[in-house]
Amino acid sequence: MVTKPADKDEALPLSVHDLTVAYHRRPVLWDVAFNVRPGRLVAIIGPNGAGKSTLIKAALDLTPRASGSVQVFGGTYRANRHRVGYVPQRESVDWDFPISAIEVVAMGLYREVGWFRRVGAKHRLKALEALDRVGIADLADRQISQLSGGQQQRAFLARALVQNADLYFMDEPFAAVDAATESAIVDLLGVMKQEGKTTLVVHHDLHTVPAYFDDVLLLNMRVVASGPVNEVFTQDNLQKTYGGRLTLLDEATQAVLRRERSL
Amino acid sequence: MRRFRCVAMLALALGAVSACASTQLLATTLLPTTLLPTGDLPSNLRGEGPAETIDWLRVLTLRDYNTRIVVLGTTLLGLGAGVVGSFTLLRKRALLGDALSHATLPGIALAFLIANALGSDGKHLPVLLLGAAVSGVVGVGAILAIRRLTKLKEDAALGIVLSVFFGAGVALLGLVQQSASGNAAGLESFIYGKTASLLASDALMIGVAALLCLAVATALSKELRLLCFDATYAAALGYPIGLLDATLMGMVVIITILGLQAVGLVLMIALLVIPAAAARFWTESTNGVTLIAGGLGAASSLMGSLLSAALPRLPSGAMIVLVSTALFVLSATVGTRRGVLRRWGRRRRFERAIHVEHLLRAVYEIAEVAGAGAERLAVPIDRLLRVRSWSSERLRATIAHAQRESLVQRLTQGGVRLTERGSLEAERLTRQHRLWELYLITHADIAPARVDRRADAIEHVLEPETIARLERLLESRTTEAPPASPHALATGTSHGSKTPGAAP
Repeated sequence: MVTKPADKDEALPLSVHDLTVAYHRRPVLWDVAFNVRPGRLVAIIGPNGAGKSTLIKAALDLTPRASGSVQVFGGTYRANRHRVGYVPQRESVDWDFPISAIEVVAMGLYREVGWFRRVGAKHRLKALEALDRVGIADLADRQISQLSGGQQQRAFLARALVQNADLYFMDEPFAAVDAATESAIVDLLGVMKQEGKTTLVVHHDLHTVPAYFDDVLLLNMRVVASGPVNEVFTQDNLQKTYGGRLTLLDEATQAVLRRERSL
Repeated sequence: MRRFRCVAMLALALGAVSACASTQLLATTLLPTTLLPTGDLPSNLRGEGPAETIDWLRVLTLRDYNTRIVVLGTTLLGLGAGVVGSFTLLRKRALLGDALSHATLPGIALAFLIANALGSDGKHLPVLLLGAAVSGVVGVGAILAIRRLTKLKEDAALGIVLSVFFGAGVALLGLVQQSASGNAAGLESFIYGKTASLLASDALMIGVAALLCLAVATALSKELRLLCFDATYAAALGYPIGLLDATLMGMVVIITILGLQAVGLVLMIALLVIPAAAARFWTESTNGVTLIAGGLGAASSLMGSLLSAALPRLPSGAMIVLVSTALFVLSATVGTRRGVLRRWGRRRRFERAIHVEHLLRAVYEIAEVAGAGAERLAVPIDRLLRVRSWSSERLRATIAHAQRESLVQRLTQGGVRLTERGSLEAERLTRQHRLWELYLITHADIAPARVDRRADAIEHVLEPETIARLERLLESRTTEAPPASPHALATGTSHGSKTPGAAP
């Protein structure tokens, strides 16, 4: 990075400028700005309602932005979508849906397969390989409600893996999974890092942050701090993130909302 | 997926047959396109006149040209409704179809009034259906608007729109009746459905449009599956979610409008929901649901419209719904994947396995207390009866099952002995049970005397992963034998019980 000028390929995987997102005029993210360097494993942490999932959704153009911009590999998300993989929260889908694990994974290949075409043997094989990487290739044909929570999470990871992206967003992949799955995911994140991938993970377990991640983004509506774990993951910053939400801002918003309702 | 293609081809073949047949018909007779023909239908296909002797044979063998075409048209409609309905059900938007179909009524009446005012024959079917489509879409738009503008939930919006539009439709129908300009009779057939009033050319139109929907659903099956399962992920991949939803809704509109004649607007929702819901009992795959729903929909429509043709006083809508409900009940009962019988059977097998596990552990523990090698000791039945609260019938049945799986031997003296396989299994089970007990005592703070019951409730469903974790937690990995029981064992002897070995 120092020796070469920053051309298109060297652009930062993710660069967020002054991002503000609001739901029904209530701000969820406020002037968020940070950069993610290539090949880093980044934890996004913060209390409930801090806007962690919203940050990911705003970056993926899934939620309208009130202001600010998000650059993915130096361009818009739309332009570089093929280089981005996404693992949504496990609870976001109906696991009773009539579909098998391998069919879920194959969804990551739909863009590659193309409109109107069917998933062929070649793509099935790719999906199976991804299931093997997360250690549940033997469950490929099982209907997804017959998988344990950890196995469901692994299937979601495999679906993102087959996209063979360079930048990954994972929304709480460690939530309510068994120990075996947790260590499998950690191993996988390590391998992905070796392959030069950049990964952002919404994470809840503060104890494991130093062991699992390179960088950390402390979020509570705004960015409290971001940077390498050993510099930023301090008692002081955690206090700022978790101790007391931005009470003044919160109260002001509530007052605005109350007045609007009474009108 | 291959099966899916087969069905599409079958449907195409059916459509081709119906197309050929009706072209031939049109060429020879050049039917007028009025809604209720007066002369060219056999009386048993018309909804009038006394129900004289029903010519079942004539109906069932499809000897009448018109019956044949009408039945083919409605069958294709059922196929299309099943396929489209499977996607709306999976998208959890099934009830939108209900609001849509109810909202078509004012459009039908208005289209009739407008066409009459313009001096043409108001009962031209395409005109009526166009009116139906417009007011149906307006109805769905109203639901979306209500949900967005007010903070009402979808069910409230559905209820309001459905009843208001239907009420307006009924009022307008009253106006139509009073105006008495031209023959308004027959418009009510849109409410309850009457296949008998269909012309071959109408049936052809229904068939072709249903085939169109089938073709779209087949071509987009992958994209629609993704939309239904995980719309957010689909959006992240760059799929135009709004367009896909609109396509799905468009298919629902087409199917619903076409179904008005056959099923009637009150019951159209049944054809969209029931086959799709019934299909889930037979399969665990999306294509399977789509395919089976299409088949069930086609079968219901076929049988329902045949019954209605044979029994002219019964509206076809009711007959089709009754047949599809019968198929639903059948599916829910004997469905191979989620049917009630199947689930009941699985549950019974699970309970039986648990009883066998209890038996093995009971025999093992009695032998353990006696200090003998577990597999060598014969345990009398009455002693087994005393260690657990099981009835003697239950115990005997359990012993019989264990015997069939060659886990225990019945001895001629009336006792029970573990086989070699049974004793290995008993050892494994006992170990698992005690690990869990130890965990409850050391980590969950439960009194040793109460732990047995609690351990019982969970140990049968422990997975190997969990057992390994328990071992690590309790650091008893080195020993392959079960740890000593943390509480006094019931041995079924008259002088009470005693604890073997040392407590942990």
